[in-house]
Amino acid sequence: MKKLIISLLAGVAFSSAASATDFRIGLQEDPDVLDPHKARTFVGRIVFTSLCDKLVDVNSKLEFVPQLATEWSWSNENKTLTFKLRDDALFHDGTPFNAEAAKANLDRARTEPDSLRKSELASVDSVEVVDEYTVALNLKQADATLLAQLSDRAGMMLSPATFSGEVATNPVCSGPYKFASRVQNDRITLEKFAEYRDADDYHFDRLVFRPIPDSTVRLANLRSGDIDMLERLNPSDAESVRGDTNLQFMPVAGLGYQGLTINVGENPRASGPLNKDKRVRQALQLAIGRDIINEVVGHGLFEPAQQPFPPASPFNSEKFPLVERDVEKAKALLKEAGHESVAFELTFGNNTTSSATNELIQAMAKEAGFEISLKPMEFAAMQQEMQAANHEATQIGWSGRVDPDGNIHQFVTCKGALNDSKYCNEEVDKLLNAARATPDVEERKQLYDQAQAILMDELPIIYIYHQPWPFVASNKVSGFEPSPDGMVRLKGVKLEN
Amino acid sequence: MAIPTLFLVSLIVFGLQKLLPGDPLLTMAGEERDPAVIEFLREKYRLNDPFYMQYLYWVRDVLTGDFGNSLRTGVPVSTLIAQKLPVTIQLAVMAMIFALLIGIPTGIMSAVKKGKAPDYAANAIALSGVSIPNFWLGIILIMVVSVQWRLLPASGYVPLTEDPIQSLRTMLMPSFVLATALGAYLMRHTRSAMLGVLSSDYIRTAKAKGLMPRVVVLKHALRNALMPIVTLTTLLFGELLAGAVLTEQVFTIPGFGKLIVDAVFTRDYAVVQGVVLCTAVGFIFMNLLADILYILINPRLRHPQ
Repeated sequence: MKKLIISLLAGVAFSSAASATDFRIGLQEDPDVLDPHKARTFVGRIVFTSLCDKLVDVNSKLEFVPQLATEWSWSNENKTLTFKLRDDALFHDGTPFNAEAAKANLDRARTEPDSLRKSELASVDSVEVVDEYTVALNLKQADATLLAQLSDRAGMMLSPATFSGEVATNPVCSGPYKFASRVQNDRITLEKFAEYRDADDYHFDRLVFRPIPDSTVRLANLRSGDIDMLERLNPSDAESVRGDTNLQFMPVAGLGYQGLTINVGENPRASGPLNKDKRVRQALQLAIGRDIINEVVGHGLFEPAQQPFPPASPFNSEKFPLVERDVEKAKALLKEAGHESVAFELTFGNNTTSSATNELIQAMAKEAGFEISLKPMEFAAMQQEMQAANHEATQIGWSGRVDPDGNIHQFVTCKGALNDSKYCNEEVDKLLNAARATPDVEERKQLYDQAQAILMDELPIIYIYHQPWPFVASNKVSGFEPSPDGMVRLKGVKLEN
Repeated sequence: MAIPTLFLVSLIVFGLQKLLPGDPLLTMAGEERDPAVIEFLREKYRLNDPFYMQYLYWVRDVLTGDFGNSLRTGVPVSTLIAQKLPVTIQLAVMAMIFALLIGIPTGIMSAVKKGKAPDYAANAIALSGVSIPNFWLGIILIMVVSVQWRLLPASGYVPLTEDPIQSLRTMLMPSFVLATALGAYLMRHTRSAMLGVLSSDYIRTAKAKGLMPRVVVLKHALRNALMPIVTLTTLLFGELLAGAVLTEQVFTIPGFGKLIVDAVFTRDYAVVQGVVLCTAVGFIFMNLLADILYILINPRLRHPQ
């Protein structure tokens, strides 16, 4: 009995010694299902980055780089995309990754009834196994967005042998870490996959993802050493983090934006001057000082946005410089439209940062003659109201996508799934559909510029700032490079003891 | 009594959830709004059926032991409850122990020393215990005890079976925070119950017999004063079983409170239903326990006239 107790104690001691190579990341929310074909959340993608390798990855300059595919080429008038796959990749259950497995995954993502990747892969007509390590995607029409989709969840590969199992709660992928356990709202634990091809570059035995929704508490946990890194620092804490020598502040401008979505459709709530008259919307834009929001609410992290595309994107056009605040011009425009003052209701999802932002917008717009009544709402209820066109204007954001199409098409095309402005302009639809099918960057940019010229005039969405991804790590962490997609890539990252 | 109560509770909760604005699938879809997928899931989770049919399906499944799956993560609700229940029970038990340790001795002392300095001090402490918000005290404790002094972990949960010492260490601050308010209630009730008993005739008789003051207070008075305290304790414990939302949020403890609040925000109906049912069972059990404790404390209840 005594021996048993001693060995048990030794076991406890040993296991806590082994936890020295844990890496713990504080997340803002708890991820949803861990099935990459059915997952929805941004934080879920942070976990997938270490768990599930993709066909291609993006680097910090938003260029595509090899991951499970070593090279790729377009042929047949951009209607065939062929991938050469690596021959040394293994799934976590020990089965090899090959063209058959890639086909099985892409077909699963395209056909499962509740797959959220179906629309992302809608242009794919069939997937063809060319040889053991070559797979070809035959498209219905040219699709410039496809590579970007395959650099995200649509390109993640699960072991086909596990399709019939509980993928959502026990995913078997081929990334540097394999799934170990999950306690909802508490932690997701991944373990090092020893047979990973670059296992030597991954320096942790275990990864622990801990959802800690309160940003003050998340930061306190980092300061007390209970986590090693956090994502999405509250901007109001930026000053104190910058001055803390135990922490490294690593903000990066993200791919998304925050903006005002104005209901401009044909519906009862879109009957006010703001909704009917583009000059009133232009006046509102002139009344808002984006740089002031950046300074006051963003503490320098809210890079002002004029366009939906992030500054790092080659599609961010120099033709549309930032519209500076000009109250006199705004007043003149309102007068021209026949109004002394315009009242409207601005809805937003209730949280500290958005309250501050919208109160500032309210105050700035008042100087130009806008009477804004603010309506904070719980997020789920707000989404339903927007979908039902039951709002006048809403302040909401978008987490952003690598491909420009993801930041614009579904928001302003007549049938776009997220078109909560209810905006519809055939010319814009035509241009954005053409841009989707144009792989050449220069040609594609021309199309986006033309579409943007119309949108900047009609303003169904007024972009306010680019969403930052403010990472903070303990200064024991080395080798981490934040990237605009907000993901945590751990290759080469080390933790000093 | 228990069965109709549970039935009513589940019906009310089910009804209230349906009254909430917001579409669970739209919320779930978030940025990935694919109409075809939303429609498929709506059918799959029977959200197109009339309200009463949805309820009847749910009752049928529960009777066969199936609480359904979380809409958001796909995890069975029974698994979630099995994961969170030990956490919530541990937190509730530790908080209750703290609360009793704080509340009853100070309550007795302030009754005995009525109108004197210890009474005022105890009252002041009780008032601050009730008035200080849990989340504020929690954050302050994290800042001081974890960040400055580095004595206790700032957050998280370690199962008791995995590492008992670490488990107690992580739960120390949250249970103390919870106990401050509970202890204050208990102190106030102990004080008033004791005051009532201390002025009664038999206590005067006991004192007149020359019994030691300690024996009079602890043996004669306290036992009679315990009845309302037991009622309050069991009710407060039942409330703790429903989860302590703010405290769990601040210390990121994966208990019932956080589970149910997240579930309400994401309109995860099955989770809300399952957890509420489980909490209601806990509450009913606590009521039963209170009745048993009455009989143990008060011999007069043992032999009905």
